[in-house]
Amino acid sequence: MDVFAAQLFAGVSLGSILLLTALGLALTFGQLGVINMAHGEFVMIGCYTAYVVQLVVSNSGLSFALALPLAFVAAGLLGVALHRLVISRMRGRPLDTLLVTWGVALLLQQVARDIFGAPNVDVRAPDWLAGPVEVLGVSMPKSRVMILLICLGCVVAVSLLLSRTPMGRRIRAVVGNRDLAETSGISGGRMDRATFFLGSGVAGVAGVALTLLGSVGPTVGQSYIVDAFLVVVVGGIGKIRGAVIAAMGLGILQSFFQLWTDASLAKVLILVLVVTILQVRPQGLLTVRTRSLA
Amino acid sequence: MIASTAAARYALVVTGLAGLVAAPFLVSDFQLQLIAKFLCLAMVAVGIGLVWGQGGLLTMGQGVFFGLGGYLMAMHLKLADAASTGGVPDFMMLYGTGEVPWWWEPMRSPLLTLVLIVALPAGVAAALGYAVLRRRVRGAYFAILSQALVAAFALLLVGQQQVTGGTNGLNGFRSFFGYDLADPVNRTTLYYLCSGVLVAMVLLVWQIKRSRFGELLVAVRDQENRMRFLGYDTATVTLVAYILAAVFAAVGGALFVPVVGIISPANVGVVASIGFIVGVAIGGRATVLGPVLGSIGVSWAQETFSQTFPSGWTYVLAALFIVVIAVLPGGVASLPDVVRHRSAVLRRRPESTHIPEVSA
Repeated sequence: MDVFAAQLFAGVSLGSILLLTALGLALTFGQLGVINMAHGEFVMIGCYTAYVVQLVVSNSGLSFALALPLAFVAAGLLGVALHRLVISRMRGRPLDTLLVTWGVALLLQQVARDIFGAPNVDVRAPDWLAGPVEVLGVSMPKSRVMILLICLGCVVAVSLLLSRTPMGRRIRAVVGNRDLAETSGISGGRMDRATFFLGSGVAGVAGVALTLLGSVGPTVGQSYIVDAFLVVVVGGIGKIRGAVIAAMGLGILQSFFQLWTDASLAKVLILVLVVTILQVRPQGLLTVRTRSLA
Repeated sequence: MIASTAAARYALVVTGLAGLVAAPFLVSDFQLQLIAKFLCLAMVAVGIGLVWGQGGLLTMGQGVFFGLGGYLMAMHLKLADAASTGGVPDFMMLYGTGEVPWWWEPMRSPLLTLVLIVALPAGVAAALGYAVLRRRVRGAYFAILSQALVAAFALLLVGQQQVTGGTNGLNGFRSFFGYDLADPVNRTTLYYLCSGVLVAMVLLVWQIKRSRFGELLVAVRDQENRMRFLGYDTATVTLVAYILAAVFAAVGGALFVPVVGIISPANVGVVASIGFIVGVAIGGRATVLGPVLGSIGVSWAQETFSQTFPSGWTYVLAALFIVVIAVLPGGVASLPDVVRHRSAVLRRRPESTHIPEVSA
């Protein structure tokens, strides 16, 4: 039972990391139907924001708290720039957009390498996040619980924003039917930028959270991004709930597969599972219903 | 105008072929090995040109097939080298139990290895392609799935060090089907083998492009729904191209092993797999020669500049990739067209898969 609970927590923890990195991706993919391969690099920018803030503010607790909003803004602005300069110019060419954003990812990685050096850097975790905490008889690292909380906060904030605010309503309108939304006086381009700011910003927050797990380097985004893509593909586009279910499901399953086999075989099993799920639900678990063909 | 482009194309083909034949007499052994390596990588590019350029299916996971071919060949070479010393490859003594796992055994036979190099990747591609394409999962979804596949594949190779050599991969081959790999004469023969295979692949793609199947492939790329309404099984059309591309990649991988002397997860991973696409995009995805020339060009530039200017080269590569895909989707091959009538690039983009939403 203890093993089960510990493994379940490990799975939820992995799921929360997946969800943090995939949440912004699900937003932008749902909005524009394009995969942003540079999303992982927004995570990386979050990591380096935490690093830079710590160079300035030596108190690790304060710097962590400061880094969260700063990373949100930094990654968000970069996301808007990417959308403005590249993605908005390539409408109707989703695959080309995917490749171009991969080029951007390559560029950003090299910029990070030139500024901060190729070796990984360490960000000291706040003292009050050191050590384990007992929850329901299971001992968990406090840092992992913190990531879980950050993830929860992001999901709640994003869903409230989408469901309760005028801007969220407009974003949902554009996701549902862009042409109809635009004839109703909603600026599609402006909503795209808003979504990109939000989605990329969440990636930045994810980056700060990841620094709690260990040292980070220029390619940190790459190690998480493939799994994040899988979450979006399984979860379906345009629904936050789909991403939540997919991330938690894949996280928990992977942690149990790891227990039964090993880490590399677990990945393969997860992939087989994803392909199987797509057999039943080709558009993902949850998706906005449309009557369009494509 | 048209006559002059045709003449230019003939000139290009003739010079290219003459260059291929004459290369061993003109360059050093080391350079010849490099060229042979570029040719192997170009084989993957030819396949990507077929499935992505003409079929519209972006696959970011060709590393899986390149790796399957490469590792199968490497396993055979390892076993053949070890035949005189007890039949157990050296690295297995080092990391593993010193016993050859059962699934290595078929690779003792040269013939079976060659069959598997074609059959296994074709089977994997058929299974994945059938499962995914039948449910009309295409576009970005397919690209992501293929990338996840290659990520899992590379991870598996690293994780199972006692049977795959781990991060180091498989290396240190002495002979290739009984021929000593250190002998320059044999190396030249190997180079000609690579050239011949690549030329055969290009000819096959050229023939496909002229055939009815080639027409179907392009039609499915541009208007899949219309083709379905006309009664064509669109999934099968794309699937055939995907399987062919997988076999091309596997053969490229299999020849890469004796030429370069190593295959490791770094040669097949996520980054390597996207690397295959770069040359295709720059050369011109929808043409016959574009992918080959683009791939060889990028490989050459990478070899030349990445050592001297590692940082600068990455910027150049990334910028080139972004600019070509965004502004010149037809690649360098479309440059003459674009120059001739500049609006051409706007009128026919290769990826015109966007269909206006039709309400039922």
